[in-house]
Formats: sequence, C-alpha cells, structure tokens
Amino acid sequence: MRLEMGHIYIKDIQFASESKIEDGILYVSEEAVKAVALEDEHIKSVSFDIAKPGESVRITPVKDVIEPRVKVEGRGGIFPGVISKVDTVGEGKTYALKGMAVVTAGKIVGFQEGIIDMTGPGADYTPFSQTLNLVMVCEPIDGIKQHDYEKAVRFAGFRVAAYIGELARELTPDETKVYETCTIKEGLEKYPNLPRVAYVQMLQSQGLLHDTYVYGVDAKKIVPTILSPTEIMDGAIVSGNCVSACDKNPTYVHENNPVVHDLFEQHGKTINFVCQIITNENVYLADKQRSSDWTAKLCKMLDLDGVIVSQEGFGNPDTDLIMNCKKIEAEGVKTVIITDEYAGRDGKSQSLADADAAADAVVTGGNANQVIILPKLDKVIGTLDYVNKIAGASEETLREDGSLEVELQVLTGATNETGFNKLSAR
Amino acid sequence: MAKIKVVHYINQFFAQIGGEEKADYPAELRVGEVVGPGVALTQNFNDEAEIIATIICGDSYFNENLEKAKADILAMVKEQNPDVFIAGPAFNAGRYGVACGTIAAAVQEELGIPAVTGMYVENPGADMFKNQVYMISTKNSAAGMRDAVKKLAPLALKLAKGEKIGASAEEGYMPNGVRVNFFEKERGSKRAVKMLLNKLNDKPFTTEYPMPDFDRVDPNPAVKDLAHAKIALVTSGGIVPKGNPDHIESSSASHYGEYDITGVMDLTEETYETAHGGYDPVYANEDSDRVLPVDVLRDMEKEGVIGELHHLFYTTVGNGTAVASAKAFAAEFSQKLKADGVDAVILTST
Repeated sequence: MRLEMGHIYIKDIQFASESKIEDGILYVSEEAVKAVALEDEHIKSVSFDIAKPGESVRITPVKDVIEPRVKVEGRGGIFPGVISKVDTVGEGKTYALKGMAVVTAGKIVGFQEGIIDMTGPGADYTPFSQTLNLVMVCEPIDGIKQHDYEKAVRFAGFRVAAYIGELARELTPDETKVYETCTIKEGLEKYPNLPRVAYVQMLQSQGLLHDTYVYGVDAKKIVPTILSPTEIMDGAIVSGNCVSACDKNPTYVHENNPVVHDLFEQHGKTINFVCQIITNENVYLADKQRSSDWTAKLCKMLDLDGVIVSQEGFGNPDTDLIMNCKKIEAEGVKTVIITDEYAGRDGKSQSLADADAAADAVVTGGNANQVIILPKLDKVIGTLDYVNKIAGASEETLREDGSLEVELQVLTGATNETGFNKLSAR
Repeated sequence: MAKIKVVHYINQFFAQIGGEEKADYPAELRVGEVVGPGVALTQNFNDEAEIIATIICGDSYFNENLEKAKADILAMVKEQNPDVFIAGPAFNAGRYGVACGTIAAAVQEELGIPAVTGMYVENPGADMFKNQVYMISTKNSAAGMRDAVKKLAPLALKLAKGEKIGASAEEGYMPNGVRVNFFEKERGSKRAVKMLLNKLNDKPFTTEYPMPDFDRVDPNPAVKDLAHAKIALVTSGGIVPKGNPDHIESSSASHYGEYDITGVMDLTEETYETAHGGYDPVYANEDSDRVLPVDVLRDMEKEGVIGELHHLFYTTVGNGTAVASAKAFAAEFSQKLKADGVDAVILTST
C-alpha cells in the first residue's frame, strides 16, 4: 500500500466568526464546533478553549488528544468505522494538521484521567505541551451512565477533529512524505536479503477508559490480526482510554505511531518492514493465552526475522507483554520490547509485574512512580476537583500553595510505551 | 570559594611501594600528598577540589586485618573530615576492589561522608558493594585509568556538593538497584529499532532494563478441613467502605485498610465501592461482592462449607503499587491474621 502524507503546519489557533485555515493559522468558529460537539444528545454543554505552548495553563482531566486529518484521495475516510464509513484505509493521500491537537476533557470516572501542563516541569514530560491545543470540556446530561458519557465524549472529539481536518482539504501541504509497503511476494522479491520485520502493537483493552477501537471494533473483541502500517495514519486505531495517563496511547499517538514511522525510515535499507500486527490486553487468562498464541503464530506464518513489541499500560498487561515476548522468541523471531516501569517512588522495586529471560532486549519509557512537583499555574482548563484522586495522586497532592505533588503517572503521555518520548530510566 | 576537600584511598601497588611482596603494608596516612592516580583525579577536578590526604594500605593487610584496618582508616578519614572520599579505582584487582568497596561503604555509613569508588564489573568487590556506594564501571586493567578518572572525578564533585545524581547510564556508575529517570538523546522507538538491528545482526546491544530474578511464590497446600477453617478475605482490588474513609490512593497505594464486616451479609452499591483506578469501576461499584465475595462466603458459612468468615478484611489498591510497598503491607497484616487465628486467606486481585 502506498500513502502520501501531506503535512500542513499550524502556527496559531484563534477563535473567529468563520472556521478556516489561512497562512498556517487555524481560525475556529466557536459556534460551529459547539454545534458539532453537541450533535450527541448525551452531552449537555461544551466549552472550547485554546492552550498554547509556554502558557501558564493546566488542562485536566484529559481523556484524549487527537490530530486533525483529512483524506483527500483514495479509499475511505479518517477514523473509518467511527466517523467515516467502514472502508479499508491506508492508501492514497491524506493531509495532517501538524503542531496542533484537539484535546477532550471533562469528568468521567474522576480518577482515571490525566494532566497536560503547557509550561513548567510537567511540560518537559507530556508531549502535548508542544502542540497548540484546541480543548473541549464536555459536560454530560444528568443521570447518564459512565460508559455512555465516555462514548459521547470520545465521539465528540473525533467529530470535532474531523471537522477541523476537513478545513484543510483544498490546501497545499507544506511537506509531503510517502510511505509504501509491499505485499508478501513483492517484498520477498524486492528485498531478498533484508531481514523481515514487523511491529507488534498491544492495544489496551481492560475495560472502561481502558479501551481501544480498530475500525470501530472494540479491541477486546478482536483476535490478533495484521494491518498495513499506513492504515493507522488514517485513524484506523483510536483511543478510548486514559487511565494512568502516562502510558496510554491517545489517538494522536496512534496516528503518529513512532515505531511505525521509525521502521519505515529503515524500510528497504536495513529491513523489510512487512506489516503491523495488532493484539489486545484482555483481563481473562484464556484471552491472554489465545492472543499471545496467535500473535506468535502470525509472526511464524509471516516468516519474520524480528519484531518490536510495544505495550500499553502496566501491571496486568505486563503478563501479556511477557507472554508475547516468550512465545515470539520461541518461534525463533528476535524480539525487542518497549515498556515503562513502576519501580516505586524510590526506584527500588521490581519494575514489571512479570519477567522472563527471553526479554533480553528492553526499551523503557521511564519510571512512572517518580514524584514531581507541578507548580500552580495561572489558568486551569477543566477542573481540579478530581486532582487528588487521579491515578498517581494522593490526598496530599493539592498543596496549600496550589502546587501539585504527583507521580509522573498523571501526565498524559509521559512514559509512553510506543517510544514516543526521550524519557528513559536505568 | 574554598575547594572541595577529598581524601583518596589507594593500595600499595598504585602508591608505587611494591607489588605482591609489599601487600602486607599497613594503613598509612599521607597528609597533603597526592599519590599515583590522585594526580589524574586532580586534573579532572577542574580546580574545584583538592586531595588533602592520601591513605595507602596493602591489599593483604586490609583483608587479613579487616576490623583493625577499617577502624584505623576510618579514624584517619574522620580526622581529615573531607567533603568526599574516593577509593581506587581498583580495576580487576580482587582484594583491592573488596577493600575499596568495604572502606567506601564504611566511610559513607559510619562517618556520613559521601564516598565513591570504581572497578571492573567482574571484580568481586563490585557485586558486594555496588548497591551500597556509587561505583564507577571501569575497564579491567589500569590501562583504563584515563576513562575511569573522567567519570570518577565529576561524580565525586557532585556527591560533595550534594547535587542530584543522574541515572547510571549518564554518570557511569554500575546499576545499583535504584531506577533513575533521565532523558535519552533519541526517542524510545528509534532506540528500539537500533536495538533490533543489532540483535538481528548478532551485534552487541544493551537492554535498558535487565530482567530481575522474579520472586515466584508457591501456593500453600490445600486446606484439609474447610468446614472448620476460619477464612479471611484480602484484596488488591481496592474494595473500601463507601467514601473511601482512609483515602487509599487510586494508584501507587501508600497504605492498606482494615475493615470490620461483622454482620455484613452483602456488599451493596450504597455501602461499598472500589478505590482502584486501574480497571473499569462500574461493575465493582454496583456490587463490590464481585471483587470481595462476602455474600458467597456468608452463604458458605451458613451451609457449613467453611467454618467461619473472619470479621476483618484487608484491602489495598494494586494499581501501580510498588512491590516493596505491597510486601510491607502483607508482612504487617499477615501477623494480624495469624494472631486472629485465621486458617486460610482468599486473595482476590483485579
């Protein structure tokens, strides 16, 4: 499959009477985006705000971060099976608005959401301090169940992102990149001497606010399967999770999956990047066994020489990670895994909930238990009402001077396990 | 500004007193002298520090007269009262490495003066002391002196100044069981691709997290006489009385709760909930028996399947909680369970 990615750089976001993109500036009609968000009857109200890198702004409780994109040529549309009709994506031409994101916020569960700081020490850890953020805070109608609220907010974010992306349809990209993979036979003929490599992506699927969707299908209900790595660039995988926000993949990370992009860098040079294999992280043992068996089986059937496995989350999924690694290595496929660590606030505890000698090549996104003081910032988008309860906080989190004592866990994307960041640990 | 004061410890060989035949050389303090590797160290202090005294001791003497040598050297260091103590580097010299580790650890623990040493990773002193004092990883012979002092000197300065010590990969010390965060030059995915390419090409690579020896616990043998057994419930699923009265954290719990269920036949939406942030809480909040099966055990109690359900349950949140914390909680409440005559525990997780 061949996909041309056109990048359009956004330098500023401003509210205006009419939505448009002009000279790299995104003008947003508040009225128009509100109408898009409120299409769902489960949302009572929504407020929009803009947060820019360097501003004294804290966004919380954050649920998802989305990069607006639009499909301009080829089959299907952005977020297939979710916003666009189901159709196989990943070929043709797609435009992405770089340097910006749509951020969804609002209370859902109250202790499973994250924080984005636009300045200060927290900004060094969350990658979304670097994007111009169009933030939407959604309030649910009264008496709604948490699952319905979550779904409503999730969809509202995608609708708004798709609406913003659509504004770029007629523009000329600032930069274009081409990503192309071969079919199995083509790859063998074209690169007979290059090692065959795939990316095994484990998708979070433990339950409410721990879910991921593939072409609209709940990843809990998939068996491992293969994708062309270009499909994710059209939003084939979207997030429905943000608990312990540090190591969950917001939709933005799926669209820009760094393992896919860095393997493409080597494709045709040092490796033959064959495909992406997706699997899940269900909580039942039988599911774990089936999924890890199948993942290893696919690696063998595809005659792979090596894989990179990325995890999402920690604790329970550590067992899936180790099962995948052990079984894939047992098939003679060389494996590198990407994870993060929960080594305790003092860094002295075992970092993972499972271990095996086969996991001899590990990349880590850092210790999520590390304590950090986030100074009081001038403005909060969302609310601090739940800040003592979110995963990584405690009763003592909100201090008298307004600063927060928290673990890195609370920061959206801080210890990402697709290798999105430079943070690590030894 | 006054210079940082350093006391340096070396063996008879590096003091150019002699080799094996002089290894019985007793501990000697040379105030104001910079000896052997001290010269190279001083060059790397960038005028910020000076060696105010060098202590020399034969390797055999130290190891054969351990207590006396240690006491004598500690007294010498105490008298000089330096800001930091440096021992070695010892490279692959076994007795010298053990001496460096022993004395550096003792200076740090007994005198409260920060200490650092350096040696080859396979030196027996490394495994013995790397978790007690910062230990620079050196080559296996004195040919590695230049590299060793380049790491040893800056780390000593940082320790003397009380500055934050970075990760082992940044500072050059051996991993010491404490995980420290730092920013790499390349993002994780790029590092993963490079690691994979090395692995595919049978080239050396270094894992960023060596697998620990995993602590697997064998289950106890089955309870023989369930009908007369006192059973307790323990959970890491975060079930607490409604309102979470002890504020157990939703992740990385700092404590556990002990709650009385005397007369409680069923956990309801109105009375119990979960504090756990790591799973979908909807179903646990609707009916906490799903995680902590009080209702079922009450039935079994009535039917005579079990003797008795213990009137206290212990609960914490497993989500992101350090193994060390979990171990400490369990060590404490296990004693209480034993004291209360509990025969068996049902431990539920999520």
